[in-house]
Amino acid sequence: MITVNGRNVDWESGLTVAGLIKKMNYIFPQIFVTINGDLIKKDDYDTTPVSDGDAVEIIHMIAGG
Amino acid sequence: MPTAKELQAMKSKHNVLATFSYDKPKVDKGYANQTLYVNIESNEIKSKPVTQDMKDKFIGGRGFDLWLLWHAVNDDTRWDSPENEICIATGPIGGTTQYPGTGKSLVTTISPTTEQVIDSNVGGYFGPLLKFSGWDALEIQGKATEEIIIVIDGEESTVTIETAPEEPVDTHILSEILTDMYAEDEDDRRNVSVVSAGRGAEHALIGCLNFSLWDVRRGGIRVKQAGRGGIGSVFRNKKLKALVVRQPGVSGDSNNPADLNVIQKTGVKMHREICTEDHRQERMRTTGTPHLIEVMNAYDLLPVHNFQYGKHDDTPKITSDVWFKLFTQGIPDGCWYGCSMACAKTVENFELRTGPYKGEIVRVDGPEYETAAGVGSNCGIFDPAAILELNFYCDTYGVDTISWGTTVAFLMECYERGIINKEHTGGLELKFGNREASLELLHQVARGEGFGLIAGQGIRRIKKIFADKFGADINFLNDIGMENKGLEYSQYVSKESLAQQGGYALTNKGPQHDEAWLIFMDMVNNQIPTFEDKAEALHYFPLWRTWFGLNGLCKLPWNDVTPADNPETDEPNKVPEHVDNYVKLFNGVTGMNITREEIILQSKRVYDFQRVFNIRLGKGLRKFDAQPYRAAGPVTKEEYESRAERYDGQLKELVGFDPEGKSTEEKLAALRVYKEDQYEKLMDSVYKRRGWTENAVPKIETLKEIGIDYPEIVEVVKRHL
Ligand code: SF4
Repeated sequence: MITVNGRNVDWESGLTVAGLIKKMNYIFPQIFVTINGDLIKKDDYDTTPVSDGDAVEIIHMIAGG
Repeated sequence: MPTAKELQAMKSKHNVLATFSYDKPKVDKGYANQTLYVNIESNEIKSKPVTQDMKDKFIGGRGFDLWLLWHAVNDDTRWDSPENEICIATGPIGGTTQYPGTGKSLVTTISPTTEQVIDSNVGGYFGPLLKFSGWDALEIQGKATEEIIIVIDGEESTVTIETAPEEPVDTHILSEILTDMYAEDEDDRRNVSVVSAGRGAEHALIGCLNFSLWDVRRGGIRVKQAGRGGIGSVFRNKKLKALVVRQPGVSGDSNNPADLNVIQKTGVKMHREICTEDHRQERMRTTGTPHLIEVMNAYDLLPVHNFQYGKHDDTPKITSDVWFKLFTQGIPDGCWYGCSMACAKTVENFELRTGPYKGEIVRVDGPEYETAAGVGSNCGIFDPAAILELNFYCDTYGVDTISWGTTVAFLMECYERGIINKEHTGGLELKFGNREASLELLHQVARGEGFGLIAGQGIRRIKKIFADKFGADINFLNDIGMENKGLEYSQYVSKESLAQQGGYALTNKGPQHDEAWLIFMDMVNNQIPTFEDKAEALHYFPLWRTWFGLNGLCKLPWNDVTPADNPETDEPNKVPEHVDNYVKLFNGVTGMNITREEIILQSKRVYDFQRVFNIRLGKGLRKFDAQPYRAAGPVTKEEYESRAERYDGQLKELVGFDPEGKSTEEKLAALRVYKEDQYEKLMDSVYKRRGWTENAVPKIETLKEIGIDYPEIVEVVKRHL
C-alpha cells in the first residue's frame, strides 16, 4: 500500500511514477510529483520506482477555470 | 457587408441627439482621472472627476464600475429601471501592451436574472481605447425612446448620442458596419471597437454583450463576450444598439507608466516563459481553453446531461485534437495587443446550416471550454459542427453561451423526465443530444416566439413557470435546476469538491468559476482537508482573482502557464513568481509601492463592498448562498447508481452509515443529510474567515479594518446586525 495525496492506493511491484500517474488517470499536464517529500523531475518519471509504503504527492497546479 | 454607398445611406439616417466636446487628458500612470457619464434619456453627457479616494479604495475596473453604480441607483432599482446603469471600465494596468492579458474591460449592471449586481470580464479593445480616449470608466443611464448608439471619438475629443434606425442588430453584421462607418480609412479600423448585443438579447434575460476588435491579420471583426448575468438584455432594454469608441495611436507607453523599464522587463520574462512552457503545459496557444474538455472528462468533472454525470463515452468527438484541427493555427490570437498567450482561437470559413444566415460562410470566435461543455456535453451534444453553430448564433444574437447551455440542459432533463412535453415546447423534442432542437430553440429566442420566450428567461424564472403553470414539483426543479442567485452554473461538476461548491455559491455574483476554482486543490490534491483550510482558500482565491478585475487583466496568464521551477516554491498553487510580476506591473504603472499582501487588501475592499451592495438591493444574505442539491450530490437514483461504489464508500467512511442491504432511496437520503450539513458548516467557516456575520453580512469592524466604513455602507450593514 502507498498513499497518493494522503489517500491509500494499492501498490504493485515494478510501479514507477509514470505508471502511477497512468493508473490514477491523471492526464492533466501541469502536475508535479514528490515521493516522501523529494521532488521528482519530469524526465525521471519513467525510471523512478515507487516503493511499497511511499507517500506520494501528485499535485495538480491549476487553481484554474 | 453593405457597400460604401449603403453605409453612407445608413449613416445619413442618423440623427445626432447630443454632442459633447471635451479636453482630452493625457493618461497619467494608468489613469485618465475622469469618467464619462451619458444619460440616454435626457441626453446629458458630462465628465466626472476621479478622486484620489476612488483610486485608493476602488483601484479601477470593476471597483470604479461598482462605485459609480452604487451612486446611480437606489435600494429599489431593478434591472429595467431607468436609473440602472451599465458601467464599463478597464483599470490602471489595462491597455499595457508589454505583458500578456492586459486589455480587459469590466462591465457591471443590476442583472435581470439575479436582480443584484453582476460583473463580467471581457476582452476586445473597447476598455483600453476608452481610457486612451480620456475616460477611466463609462456609465450609461436612462432609457432611450428610439434605437441609439453612443460614439466616443478620442481623436476628435467628442462624444455623441445618435439615433441609428437602420443598422441590423445582430453582432457579426453590426460591429463590422459600425467599424467601417466610423473608421477614417481601412487602416483606421484597428482603432475602433464596438460593443453590441443582438436580437436574442431583446427577448431573453440571459443576453450578453460582444466587444469587438479589428483583427488586422484576418482583415475582419472578432468579438469577445461579457456573458454573464444578462447585461446584453439591459443594453437592449435601454434601446442601445451599440457603443463605438475610436482612438488611434495606441503605443507601448499610452498608459504613461511610472516605470516603463520594469514593465518591459517583466513582460519579456513572461513572454519567454510562455514560449518555452506553453507547449509542454496547457497548449493554450494552439488549442485555447477547450484543452480542458478531455481533462475534465478524465476527472469526472465534465458536465454531462445537466450535470448528472462527469464524463461520457462520446467525449473524444469534442476533445482538443478535434479543435486543434478546426482552429486556424499560426496566427497569434490575442484579445489585446501583446498577449503572447494568444488563446482566443477561431474557426474560419464555417458554413451555417440553420437560421437566418443559413448557407453563409462565417468566422466563429471560439469555442471556449465553457461553450463547448455548455452547449455541447452538458446537453449531450458531441458534434463539433453543432457546437460551432450554437456558438456563432449565441454570439451574434447576444445570448450568453454558458447560461444558454445550462438552461437547455435543464430543459432537456425536464423533457426526458416528462415534466414538460411537446405541447409545452411547441413540438420540439428536447431530448439530450438533439442539436436541431437546441438550435431551433435558440432561433425562437431571437425571433421572440414560441417556447424560446420561456427558455430565454433563465432557469430561476423557468422553474417558477413550470411549477405554477405546468404543475411541476418545485422541490425537484430546485434540486436539478443549476442556478444560484439566479445565475446559471458554469461548466464544472462540483459534487466531489465541497470547496468548489463554496467557490460557486458563496460568491457575490453567482456560480461563475472566475471567483474560485478549487476542485484540484480540494478533490484531487487533498491540500485543503479541513473547514478552516477550505475557508482560507475561499478567502484568498476569490480576492486574488477579484484583483484582475480591478486592473483590466485576464486571469489566464496567471496560472494557465507556470514557471518551470514553480513546483519548488512554497505555494505552487498561488504561482508566486507571477504574483510578483503583478506587483511589479501595478507599481510600474501607478508609481505606487504595494506588496503582495496589499493586493489582497485592495480586492477585499471591493469584494466586501459588492456584498454590501447586494444586501442593499435586498439580496446578499446567507439564504441567497444556498446551492441546488445537484451541485453537492446525486439527486436521482440513476446518478447514485452510476457511481454507486463511490457513494457507498462515502456513506461508510464519512457518514458512518452502512449501505449494505439499503435501497438507493435510503442511501440517497442519508448522503444528502450529510452533504447538506457539510455545506452549512462550510458557510459558517467561510463567513467567519471573511469577517462576516453568520448571515453573510460584513461586520462593521471588518469594514473599518479595510477602510470602507463610509456612512452609507455602514448604514446598510446596520440594518442586518
Ligand atoms: S490569455 Fe487568452 S483570453 Fe486572456 S487576454 Fe490573452 S488571448 Fe485573451
